[in-house]
Amino acid sequence: MASTAPVTHDADTARRNLRVGMMAFAGALFMLGLGYAAVPLYEMFCRVTGFGGTTQVASETDAARAAAMASGQQISIRFDASTASDMPWTFRPSAPTDTITIGQRDIATYVARNNSSQAITGTATFNVEPEQAGKYFNKIQCFCFTEQTLAPGQEVVMPVLYYVDPAMLEDENMKGVEQITLSYTFHRTSGPESAAPAGTN
Amino acid sequence: MATTAEGFDVHGDHAHDAHDHADHKPGFFARWFMSTNHKDIGTMYLIFAIIAGIVGGAISGIMRVELAEPGIQYLQWWAQFMGGANDINTALHMWNVFITAHGLIMVFFMVMPAMIGGFGNWFVPLMIGAPDMAFPRMNNVSFWLTVAGFFSLLFSLFVPGGSGPGAGTGWTVYAPLSTSGSVGPAVDFAIFSLHLSGAGSILGATNFITTIFNMRAPGMTLHKMPLFVWSVLVTAFLLLLALPVLAAAITMLLTDRNFGTTFFDPAGGGDPVLYQHLFWFFGHPEVYIMILPGFGMISQIVATFSRKPVFGYLGMAYAMVAIGVVGFIVWAHHMYTVGLDVNTKMYFTAATMVIAVPTGVKIFSWIATMWGGSLQFKSPMVWALGFIFLFTVGGVTGVVLANGGIDDNLHDTYYVVAHFHYVLSMGAVFSMFAGFYYWFPKMSGRMHSEFLSHLHFWTFFIGVNVIFFPQHFLGMQGMPRRYPDYTEAYTFWHQISTYGYYIMAGSMLFFFVNILYALFAGKKAEANPWGEGATTLEWTLPSPPPYHQFETLPVITDSMDYHDHRPASA
Repeated sequence: MASTAPVTHDADTARRNLRVGMMAFAGALFMLGLGYAAVPLYEMFCRVTGFGGTTQVASETDAARAAAMASGQQISIRFDASTASDMPWTFRPSAPTDTITIGQRDIATYVARNNSSQAITGTATFNVEPEQAGKYFNKIQCFCFTEQTLAPGQEVVMPVLYYVDPAMLEDENMKGVEQITLSYTFHRTSGPESAAPAGTN
Repeated sequence: MATTAEGFDVHGDHAHDAHDHADHKPGFFARWFMSTNHKDIGTMYLIFAIIAGIVGGAISGIMRVELAEPGIQYLQWWAQFMGGANDINTALHMWNVFITAHGLIMVFFMVMPAMIGGFGNWFVPLMIGAPDMAFPRMNNVSFWLTVAGFFSLLFSLFVPGGSGPGAGTGWTVYAPLSTSGSVGPAVDFAIFSLHLSGAGSILGATNFITTIFNMRAPGMTLHKMPLFVWSVLVTAFLLLLALPVLAAAITMLLTDRNFGTTFFDPAGGGDPVLYQHLFWFFGHPEVYIMILPGFGMISQIVATFSRKPVFGYLGMAYAMVAIGVVGFIVWAHHMYTVGLDVNTKMYFTAATMVIAVPTGVKIFSWIATMWGGSLQFKSPMVWALGFIFLFTVGGVTGVVLANGGIDDNLHDTYYVVAHFHYVLSMGAVFSMFAGFYYWFPKMSGRMHSEFLSHLHFWTFFIGVNVIFFPQHFLGMQGMPRRYPDYTEAYTFWHQISTYGYYIMAGSMLFFFVNILYALFAGKKAEANPWGEGATTLEWTLPSPPPYHQFETLPVITDSMDYHDHRPASA
C-alpha cells in the first residue's frame, strides 16, 4: 500500500502544516460562532437603533420630557392590524387613523375578538413604517408587552399609550414623513401555560 | 535560503530516475475512490463539475423552453414526470424547484468544484512547486463531501417539499418560504446538501491556505507566486470566512423547521430579515469566490499568449485581496428593498461602487498586458478575451444595480438575471473554458483541436449573448424573475432568449466532440505547448505530469518571477 500513501513530508513540514491548518479551521469555527452571535446582536442593534421599524419603550419620565419639548406640530398615525393565518381572532383598530401632536402622549385602541370555541392566548408583534420612524415611536404601555388570553367569543378593547418623539423633527431622514403606520400582528402562542416572551422585533 | 535551494538542487541529476518511480500508480479503486493525489482529485472534481454542469444546464433548457411563449406549456408534464399531482399548483411549484436546482447546482456543484476543486487542486501545487497538497487525505474527504451534497440535492427532488416534490425556495432559501412555507423533507435535504458541500469547501479552503503558506518551493516567495495561486489563496480565505456564516444561517433554518426554534419567525421574536442579512453576508463573498479563480486563470492566459509578464503584478495580486476584503462589507445591496433607510442605502451603494476600482485595476492591467505584446489567438486566449469583454459588460450593469434608488425599480427583475449571468455564466464560465483549453494539454497529455475550440468559442459567445442581452430589455420593462408565465408584451425577447439557448446548447456539442477528439486522436502534447510566454512551473513538467512530481523541489531564483519587468539576464 506504500504507493497509495499520501506524499510524506518531513516531520517539520507536517507539524507546520498542522499548525496553519488548525489556525485556518479555528478561523472557520470563529465565523460559525459569529453567525450565531448575530442573532442576539441583531436583536440588540434593532432595539437600540430602531432599525427596521423597531419601536421604543419609554418610561413616564421620558414621556414627560418629550411633552415638554412639544412644539405643537402634528403628525398623522395610521393603525394597522393583522393576524397570523392560524389565529382565529378578529383584530382591528378602533379608528384607522388619528392625528396627534408630536411629543404629546396619545392613546389608541384596538379591538380583538376570539371567534373560536376555545380560549386562545396570543402575542402581538409590531413595527412601524417608514422604518426610520422606529426610533421616534415610543410606547409607554402596550397590550403587546404581554400575552393576551381571550375566552371563546370574548371581545376586548386593547389600548396602546404612545407618543412620537419631537427629536424626529430634527432628523433629515424623517423629512417628508407625514404619516407613521403602526402595525400589529397577533400570533398564537402554543398554550395558555406557555410563558414565552412577547415579540421584540 | 540560497544554501537550502542548492541543497535541493543537488538531487537534480536523479530527477529522471525519480520520475520512473513516481509514475507507479495504485489500482483503479484505490486510485479513484481513496485518492490522495491532487491531480487525480482535481480530475475527479472537473469530471464532477462537467456532469453537474450538464444537469444544471439541462434544467435551464427546460426553463427556457417553457419561457419561449406566455402561458404554462410543459410544467405540468414535468410535475407529473417527477411524481407530482396533475394540477396547476404542483406545476408552478415545479418551476420553483427548477430555479432552485439550477441555481444551487451551478453555484455549488459546477462553478466552485471546477474552479477551486478542479483547477485549484491541479495547478496550485504544480505552480508553487509542491509535491502535493498539505493534507492529501482531507482533500479526498472534501471531494466526496461535495459529491454527497450533490446527491442530497438530487434526492430532494423526489420527496415532498410543499405543493409538490422538491425544494422550491430559490437558491437563497429565504425564510419564511423555506421554514413554514415548505412542508416536507425536500427543503431539509436541500439544506443538508449545502451543509455537506459547505463542509467540503471549508476543508478544501483550509487545505489550500496551508499548502500555499507552507509548501512553496524554495525561493517562491508570496510576491513571486503566479497570480492564479494568489487568486486561489484569496478565494480560500473568502470560503473560510463566509461559508461558516451560511452554515450557521441554514442550521438555524433547519432548527426553525424541525425543532421549534424561532430564529426567523416573528411569532417567537425572530426576524426573517435577519436570515437575509446572514445569507448575503455569505452570498456576496460567494460571488467573488466564483469569479476570483477565473481572474487568476485569465491573468496566466493573457500573459502567456501576449508573451509578456502580466502588467502590474503586485497591483493585480492586491486588487484581488481588496476585492475580497471589500466583498464582505457590501452584502445589503442584495436587500435594498427590505426597507433600509436612506443612509444605510447610501453606504451600501458607495461601498459597492468602490469594488469597481480594484476590478478596474484588473481589467486595465489585462489590457495593458496585451498592449505591445506579441499576441497569439490560440483557443485559451480567445476565451480569455471573451471573458474580459463580457465580464466588463456584466460589471457595468452591476454598477447600475449598485444604486439603491435604481435597484428599487430593477430589484428581482430580469435585469438582475441578465447582470449576474453576464458575470457568472459568461464571466466565470468563459474563464473556466479558457482555463480548460489552457491546461487540457497539460492534464491529459493530448492536444485538443484549435478549430473546434474556436468554433465552440464563437457559437457559445453568440449563444449566451442572444440568451442574456435581451433579458436586460425584459428587466427594464418590468419582467420579474422566478416566474414561468408573463404577459404577451414580453413574448418577443423571451423567444429570442430561448433561441439563444439552442445556439449555446448546440455549441456545447463542439466542446464534447473536442474532448473526445483530443483523447482518442489528439496529438501528444509537449511539456510546454504554448511557447515562451508560458513561464509558470507546470510547463517545466512533462504533459501529463508524473504521478508524483517535484520529489526534488524546484528552485526559484531571483530572475524567475511574474512581475512586469523582463529579467535582465535571460
